[in-house]
Amino acid sequence: MTNTWQDIKNANVVVVMGGNAAEAHPCGFKWVVEAKIENGAKLVVVDPRFTRTASVADYYAPIRPGTDIAFLSGVIRYLLDKDAIQHEYVRAYTNASLVVKEGFGFEDGLFTGYKEDTHSYDRSSWDYELDAQGFAKTDDTWQHPRCVMSLLRRHVDRYTPEMVSRICGTPQDKYLHVCALIASTAAPDRAMTSLFALGWTQHSIGAQNIRTMAMVQLLLGNIGVAGGGMNALRGHSNIQGLTDVGLLSDAMPGYMTLPKDNEITFEDYMKTRLFKPLRAGQTSYWQNYRKFFVSFQKAIYGDAARADNDWAYDWLPKLDVPMYDIIRAFDMMTHGQMNGYICQGFNPMQAFPDRGKIRAALGKLKFLVVMDPLDTETARFWEDFGPQNPSDPASIQTEVFQLPTTCFAEENGSLVNSARWLQWHWKAAEPPGEAKSDIWIMSRLFHRMRDMYRTQGGAFPDPILNLTWSYTNPTDPDPEELAKDMNGRALADLRDAAGAVSVRAGQLLDGFAQLRDDGTTASGCWIFSGCYTEKGNQMARRDATDPREQGIAPHWAWAWPANRRILYNRASADPAGRAWNPAKPLVEWNGTVWTGIDVPDYAPATKPSDAVGPFIMNAEGMGRLFARTAMADGPFPEHYEPFESPAVNVLHPKVQSNPAARVFAGDRAAFGTATEFPYVATTYRLTEHFHFWTKHALINAILQPEEFVEIGEALAGEKGIEQGGWVRVASRRGFVVCKAYVTKRIRPLTVDGKPTHVIGVPLHWGFTGQARKGYGANTLTPSVGDANTQTPEFKAFLVNVEKTAGPVA
Amino acid sequence: MPLVRALAAWHARSASDTRGRLAVELSRRGFIKLSGAGLAVSSLSALGFGFAGAALAASVRSFKLEATTETRNTCTYCSVACGILIYSIGDRAKNARSNIIHIEGDPDHPVNRGTLCPKGAALLDIVHAPTRLQMPKYRAPGSNELKPVSWDFALGRIAALMKQDRDANFVARNAAGTRVNRWTSTGMLAASASSSETAYVTWKIARAFGMLVFDNQARV
Amino acid sequence: MADLQSQDYIRRSASTMTPPSIRNHEQEVAKLIDVSRCIGCKACQSACMEWNNLRGEVGHFEGSYDNPSDLNPSNWTLMRFTEWENEQGNLEWLIRKDGCMHCEDPGCLKACPAPGAIVQYANGIVDFISENCIGCGYCVKGCPFDIPRISPVDHKSYKCTLCSDRVGVGLEPACVKACPTGAIMFGSKTDMKSWAGERVEDLKSRGFDEAGLYDPPGVGGTHVMYVLHHADRPSLYAGLPDKPRISPLVAVWKGIFKPLALAGMAFGVVAGFLHWIVQGPNEVQPEDEAHAAALIDPPDGKQ
Repeated sequence: MTNTWQDIKNANVVVVMGGNAAEAHPCGFKWVVEAKIENGAKLVVVDPRFTRTASVADYYAPIRPGTDIAFLSGVIRYLLDKDAIQHEYVRAYTNASLVVKEGFGFEDGLFTGYKEDTHSYDRSSWDYELDAQGFAKTDDTWQHPRCVMSLLRRHVDRYTPEMVSRICGTPQDKYLHVCALIASTAAPDRAMTSLFALGWTQHSIGAQNIRTMAMVQLLLGNIGVAGGGMNALRGHSNIQGLTDVGLLSDAMPGYMTLPKDNEITFEDYMKTRLFKPLRAGQTSYWQNYRKFFVSFQKAIYGDAARADNDWAYDWLPKLDVPMYDIIRAFDMMTHGQMNGYICQGFNPMQAFPDRGKIRAALGKLKFLVVMDPLDTETARFWEDFGPQNPSDPASIQTEVFQLPTTCFAEENGSLVNSARWLQWHWKAAEPPGEAKSDIWIMSRLFHRMRDMYRTQGGAFPDPILNLTWSYTNPTDPDPEELAKDMNGRALADLRDAAGAVSVRAGQLLDGFAQLRDDGTTASGCWIFSGCYTEKGNQMARRDATDPREQGIAPHWAWAWPANRRILYNRASADPAGRAWNPAKPLVEWNGTVWTGIDVPDYAPATKPSDAVGPFIMNAEGMGRLFARTAMADGPFPEHYEPFESPAVNVLHPKVQSNPAARVFAGDRAAFGTATEFPYVATTYRLTEHFHFWTKHALINAILQPEEFVEIGEALAGEKGIEQGGWVRVASRRGFVVCKAYVTKRIRPLTVDGKPTHVIGVPLHWGFTGQARKGYGANTLTPSVGDANTQTPEFKAFLVNVEKTAGPVA
Repeated sequence: MPLVRALAAWHARSASDTRGRLAVELSRRGFIKLSGAGLAVSSLSALGFGFAGAALAASVRSFKLEATTETRNTCTYCSVACGILIYSIGDRAKNARSNIIHIEGDPDHPVNRGTLCPKGAALLDIVHAPTRLQMPKYRAPGSNELKPVSWDFALGRIAALMKQDRDANFVARNAAGTRVNRWTSTGMLAASASSSETAYVTWKIARAFGMLVFDNQARV
Repeated sequence: MADLQSQDYIRRSASTMTPPSIRNHEQEVAKLIDVSRCIGCKACQSACMEWNNLRGEVGHFEGSYDNPSDLNPSNWTLMRFTEWENEQGNLEWLIRKDGCMHCEDPGCLKACPAPGAIVQYANGIVDFISENCIGCGYCVKGCPFDIPRISPVDHKSYKCTLCSDRVGVGLEPACVKACPTGAIMFGSKTDMKSWAGERVEDLKSRGFDEAGLYDPPGVGGTHVMYVLHHADRPSLYAGLPDKPRISPLVAVWKGIFKPLALAGMAFGVVAGFLHWIVQGPNEVQPEDEAHAAALIDPPDGKQ
């Protein structure tokens, strides 16, 4: 989230698209209800199903799964056509005026630089035209044919209301009504918030779905302001934290990235990391990359990371492929390229696409370790549970370890919420039986490994033997010690510009501004620096005071970066430093410094006249309507059909689906066609359950006891399916036998002139826990991911459905 | 009088405490306006029962949080990160093993303001789920069961298998001779509900081994 | 146990108690359920089960989100979902939290033949005192909202207590506290009515011309009230009674036969007579037998 949960109440229009906030995040959704009641806001829901969010919406429009880019590109066209954009904001804070290189183009569904053989792009033409100093050329009049605004107009021109309706199945009048509501927030003192989640990410075009709305928000001047923003609601309690700490195949803590094979030396590595400003005088956080990196290496390798060994750069593993994501991991497993797998609080048998493939792949492992508080399907993948998990245990040679862990109530520590707040929590009771914390288990495992490498030697032991481990209890480090490690400390006396000692050796740092690149500071996660200082544990703060009741609560817990609550908040003020919306200012220029209720996302003494852009993570300091080379599948979003789709891509039939998506051969062979599988299916969560956990909780099992699918009345009528009757839903990859919920809430959509039916598949059921046994939605889903993130396409695929007899009791 | 104790226990939240009870005075509780809260609000206690009535109500149905211990925590499910209050029996005396008997929303929390969703309101049932794991278990190749084992056996065997695989398949240098230090034949999925501190320990260990097949639940 | 001296009872089933003629200083409480803010998340159901230590059976999917499929002795509140196409052809998903309405004039209490099994406190809460309950089921007949349920396990009647244990120590009911969107509010009845007025105005401004408060006069008003977008048609909301009132037969029993009870008539006789009054002469219909059998010995054999 760019903004906070409570800040949603400041919105004038709330758009829930690509998510189902009322069901997935009910307690956050209260702030939408507050916006409606206290701020007169209008709630707009665009979703294939009439959800519980839609039940309290002011306006609902249906959409075919997987066509959000077409819808939103149409919105951009509408805004440009009606001139419903916030001109001053767009001119000053976005790259609309910047001129793109000659040679960039888009034709028949492909951007320039496409390489057919690798299904990827050479992105070198996707960039600005630079002047002699290396700065981007600009045209503030937007007349230049290659300025971003001109290119954008041309790109979205194809998305007419007729075309949007033809692709999305949204009736034109409903679509135009939504456009008008969105456009109403172009006024400087009005804001729209976008609330989204997996409904946008779980597509082969997921990242571009989000980008398209971000572009809408930039055009409306809704980023960085109260009641605005792009708000990814996020699923798990600490999924933000795990991402922040870099537990992704290519990541390091604080959004630094692991080196690649061709970055042989530390200097090679730094060349692509240190941002060079693309506009005169622009500042960027990534100018400090070396400080973050060196301090990190000092945190994990201590004295062994020295200037003369390039801070142990060589000890980091290097990537030979862009990512070792889950889809790749299970493909490797399928092909016998993996022997061991550790699932820490993670249940891939339920969570990953194509369950049949997952089950078979786990059976090829030599060993599987499952650390979890609960008895998961993954730990029992080998067990024969009948049709819900057919298996022949005798033929499966995998050694399985099931390790019992503590749950939230039995440990201390911090979690990062979707608004980037680090909140500390306290242990309330001992865990059951012999259950142990993940910290205890990982530390013991590490010690056993390190002892063996010490005594027996083995493959490259240096990083293992030199890993810092100076914890009071080495086999069970105190979470507070680990938090201090991440915050960072001075390793030598730090002196300010005048030569006075500002931080003594050994002291905790106040923030990342104190980090050095000479080895005198250590910080395990630079963005968390400031969370645990000499003043104590800032994450444990509990002062809910909220100036002007504007939803900031700056003294509650601690937010990264630097306790900033609203990202890009410099953009809440006009170029001269006055709030666009005087009723809800965030930061303003007082003639000397930036002040306000939030920590300025900007150097506090930077004068408005310096014209430093507010988007300081970007080299040009501007919000990007044109993404340069940041995206794998194009600098502008483009509508591509899901890999399984009932429709031809009417924009460019030869380029049906995302041309830059990575698809493994075996997975491609398991795609179905509309002839055999004529209906669009989409998976989702129900408010009564959390993923695959709460089926273990009796109350939740009572509230939604049994697997079902949602089928519209029209399709049910055609297929003779009765309310509550049994159906068999099949994709090319497997089938589910469950009950049918015949509903008015899903109606057929007219797509390219043909009626298109959507089937809803909630995903909570498996074969362990208190709820009734189920097959699981991932039995059906295809194994293909987003071109940028490899997030699986769970939200749009093809199935068939037939009435069937119930299981024999 | 039991009720007096009950009220005392309830209001214990206003006392400062190291287990995450209210760490600031109530006066700093920064009440945030919610719709409907701006009414001429009658104090809830005035709406309840007179003294005799309270005794009566208590005799009909006693207040179950009498003398429980209250601990601040965060809901384990989604990223709204609602503040919760965990109530456990026992006063943490040496000889008593505390047991969690109730969980409800933390009214001081600026986001959830005491509310919880149907999952959060039933957190008690995940803490005490009959399928909570009690001891390490091991399934041998071809076996049809998970058998209880000791931690020593489990960790020893896992470490041995990991070292064996790492030593056999670690790639120190690629074909071009560049030091690459990767171990891709064993992978790891990290928890999405564990603390950031757990995440940090996990990162350090996994990368020190050279693991690259390393992911979390951000995408699913 | 249940104390006849209490000034907090204003009504007590089948009893000679004379309530204080004037209410004491206590205010009446009310729970206001704003259906227009409800997202049907069932947090109220969850919180209710958790607080009251209730766990029923894991049921089945039965063609809607209503789970469990009905109120039962272990489920005192239930979200009821109705898919309704309005006159404009637009879908409205009407979701109503069902449960005891805590009537000002409680039909259950009036029908109850067991002394002290049902009481009403001065703050308006209608509470079932299990110890005194004989499981006769007349409260079920007496209730215009079809709320109480008899447990086949202990043959006693159960329903929402409005968390009298929580209200007793100055707390709001568990469902009220949990409700994520503030669709359930709790306070004095006066405050709740005034807040409901604001909500109705907002709904009217959003095009719901018939929005209004449900506080039915037929039962003297209720201590659980609804804000409805279609207050002209309460029955749209999963059969919420348009004009609820206590069965005239129950009223007759109270008017004519209460003196008999006061005279200390043999309890069984009263109960038997009441059965006749409520259900007619003792001609047992086959479905009655089946129903009775189900109450005592449920089909799945679970007790």
